[in-house]
Amino acid sequence: MTKIGILSLQGAFAEHATSLQKLGVETLAIRLPQDLENVDGLIIPGGESTTISQLAINYDLMKTLKNLAQNGFPMFGTCAGLILLARNISDSKIETIGAMDIKVQRNAFGRQTDSFETSLPIPVLGEIPFPAIFIRAPIIEETNSTVKTLARLPNGTPVAARQENLLVSAFHPELSSDLRFHAYFLDIVSR
Amino acid sequence: MEKATWKTKIGLAQMLKGGVIMDVVTPEQAKIAEDAGACAVMALERVPADIRAAGGVARMADPSIVSAIMDTVSIPVMAKCRIGHFVEAQVLEAMGVDFIDESEVLTPADENYHVWKHDFKVPFVCGCRDLGEALRRIAEGAAMIRTKGEAGTGNIVEAVRHMRVVQDGIRWLKALPVEELVAEAKKLGAPAEIVMKIHNTGKLPVVNFAAGGVATPADAALMMQLGAEGVFVGSGIFKSSNPPAVAKAVVKATTHYQDPAILVDVSKGLGAAMPGVDIKTIPQQELLATRGW
Repeated sequence: MTKIGILSLQGAFAEHATSLQKLGVETLAIRLPQDLENVDGLIIPGGESTTISQLAINYDLMKTLKNLAQNGFPMFGTCAGLILLARNISDSKIETIGAMDIKVQRNAFGRQTDSFETSLPIPVLGEIPFPAIFIRAPIIEETNSTVKTLARLPNGTPVAARQENLLVSAFHPELSSDLRFHAYFLDIVSR
Repeated sequence: MEKATWKTKIGLAQMLKGGVIMDVVTPEQAKIAEDAGACAVMALERVPADIRAAGGVARMADPSIVSAIMDTVSIPVMAKCRIGHFVEAQVLEAMGVDFIDESEVLTPADENYHVWKHDFKVPFVCGCRDLGEALRRIAEGAAMIRTKGEAGTGNIVEAVRHMRVVQDGIRWLKALPVEELVAEAKKLGAPAEIVMKIHNTGKLPVVNFAAGGVATPADAALMMQLGAEGVFVGSGIFKSSNPPAVAKAVVKATTHYQDPAILVDVSKGLGAAMPGVDIKTIPQQELLATRGW
């Protein structure tokens, strides 16, 4: 049976576990490198990217995550998770896993009162738009040709993308009851 | 596109979970907090221990202090307004702070009513000592709750008391038969609708942190094991002898709260913790936790 690890250093990790459990998948909280031994994929949740980065540097977790991400291990990052998977971040020196060929900007929409909800078309998930919740969210500024953009805001800004084993969203599928984005990740894991 | 919805307000609190929110009074302290891994900072003019020592009326911080801190760090910045002082809240919202703490640490502006928080785009966190107080604040629009503890004392005893009372209240509501819930809501002084919701889900509808008295990594882990979803540390960090080390240790302890080996590791060699106060030596009228209704 598929077992998905959820990086549980800080942030909304419990919400991801709930979404996956609704899809009938077993989950495991990941806090130390050895926790990663028996899982088939990893979710990096929303939270504070600086906090999660600091905590991952301890106990060699960051090193293990970098190795896994480069070797085809499926990872899905939401919001802070997207930042942690990005190779480049404008205006920030935090250490990241840096495995995905995207450049991102943190807090790209402004402060908390600019956080928003919107109905987002995501063709790979079908015709019905996805209820996307953006909280102090980042955006993807640049991608290379091997990165497939999965969703854009009406102004063209990319907010979800995939590069082989790596999947990212600037918004929070774990805060909505729509499970299609998690199911899409499970599909990547099962291949 | 709809901005500042209820989901985005409670959502930010969800993103803070498992983290440590630290009181800071200068941009330099804010940087230390961010570098240590704080998930947010509370921008203040004075930490609670100094507010307690100074006496007099404690008010919202000077906006220039809050602005300087907002310009220094990229993590969310919170600021406090007085209980019931909706104009201080309007000022903080207009400045663009990410969260407002309607706090008993400041001198209350209204001895009967709290701020009607649904009117604001910015989310609010409020203190509570028991479940009824938590639910009244949620009814008024608080998007996050924290147990009060007794701020500025470095003494965890009140934080433990309040967290246990809230958790017991939730367990009690869950266990009651449905026909007793409305009468129980009356006893709690809380809306029946939220009482029903807790009966069904077994948890508060918003995130609940612990506050008021956390001074060591073990204190933080204690509150997490008692059911807190994160911790506020007020005077505990910048009143200790080695703030960067204590800040980092408390962050690690809050993440690895169930791992005693790591707690040993992070508790070592931190220097002197903040000097504490026995709650029993504080005159009744100087207790902060009893403010709020």
